Amino acid sequence: MSDQSSVEILTEWDIVAARQLGRNVAKELGFGTVDQARITTAISELARNIYLYAGQGRIEIQQLAENGMKGILIIAADSGPGIPDVRKVMEDGFTTSGGLGAGLPGVKRLMDDFKIETIQGEGTDIRATKWLR
Amino acid sequence: MPQHIEAQYQEILNEYVKKQTEQNLYVGQNFSRQLILENISPEEVISMHKAAIGELYSDLPDVVWHSFDFLIEMMINYGLALQERQSLLKRQEELKVEMDLAANVQETLLKTKLPSLDGLDIGLLSIPAKKMNGDYIYFVSDYDGYAGVAVADVIGKGLPAALCMSMIKFGMDSLNSSHALPKDVLGVINRIVEKSVDDSMFVSMFYANYDAGAARLTYGSAGHEPAILYRAGSGEFSELEAKGLLLGVSPAAVYEEHSVILEKGDMVIMMTDGVTEGRTEEGFIERDVIYKLIEQKKTEPAQAIVQHVYDELERMQNAELQDDFTLVVYKKG
Repeated sequence: MSDQSSVEILTEWDIVAARQLGRNVAKELGFGTVDQARITTAISELARNIYLYAGQGRIEIQQLAENGMKGILIIAADSGPGIPDVRKVMEDGFTTSGGLGAGLPGVKRLMDDFKIETIQGEGTDIRATKWLR
Repeated sequence: MPQHIEAQYQEILNEYVKKQTEQNLYVGQNFSRQLILENISPEEVISMHKAAIGELYSDLPDVVWHSFDFLIEMMINYGLALQERQSLLKRQEELKVEMDLAANVQETLLKTKLPSLDGLDIGLLSIPAKKMNGDYIYFVSDYDGYAGVAVADVIGKGLPAALCMSMIKFGMDSLNSSHALPKDVLGVINRIVEKSVDDSMFVSMFYANYDAGAARLTYGSAGHEPAILYRAGSGEFSELEAKGLLLGVSPAAVYEEHSVILEKGDMVIMMTDGVTEGRTEEGFIERDVIYKLIEQKKTEPAQAIVQHVYDELERMQNAELQDDFTLVVYKKG
């Protein structure tokens, strides 16, 4: 079973809205303060990538319940240019934002499970899950 | 977070809050090292701190608890930076192992055998500044009274230089004659380098061929550091120069060659620019300094002379080698 809700990312303020949505869901599921901070940081990073590189897209938050475990799923989807070299952006020490962002390797570290699908010219779909322990 | 760590943290913190001694701070710092070893991130430390304070002083105002939550949020990126650093360190360690292996392969691949010739004493020393040596020595000798030597310096260091050197080695192997004339050897290697190496890589090379029967040394140079000739009779030093472009610049390059006849005790010293371009606090090492060092040991075997020059130059540079260092001495007995 899953519950879902989403935020359209168009402006920088929408990043805050996506964080808020994620935090509410994480809190509701029973994640502690540290994990809430990790989940919202991951959402921030994904939403920021959409805002900076795709221009627009959507962050979707789902509650998961599988095999007696509860978890949170973040979906970041856009119809932007896609990522030309996924392996490169998943490398440590490589951040396209030029700043000290967590980057996609950071998102992967913050969450338990991370999947990325990207097609050049069509867009990117990233799914990251964190399970409640 | 393991419970025993939380309990220990609370105890150490409690000691310090009660009594602010240096001893208690020292204990705390030692404990932080254990936390790092156990991969506990900064945000977890703050969370642990919040919980510990909560148990010790539950009646603190809300503003304190909110501030801890804020601090946890602040620390997430620090925690990620720490994890990234650890993964990069691991990667670096892997690369180091790979480089060590490559350096071993290089050493085996480029091994060269010192010719053994009556009336000729040879000294050789080649020390890389980094793991991979960018200098290359190749001896050719087939027991018929000739001893050829190539001293090459690949401009650029490390892995690309090492790969380029293997090519020179196979080029030299293909010539396979200790009688080959320097201008021909340089011409052949030049064409190989020109064809196979990208434009940003150049090689300088000095090739000398010693004919023991005639005591004649014939030499040529492809943009390489001039060799030094020491005359035992007069005690004078001079330079052995020969015109020629660096290898790999133009397929049409032609190389000069000259000869000298060696008398008893005469020496020819061939080197790479790592020897002359060493820097001391006073500036570049002058050729006169090298002459003086050779003179100090002129009556000793060739190997003792190269070792002495190296030891002294290394000492002058405070043991910091800037460039690969290679020195070959041919001394007529």
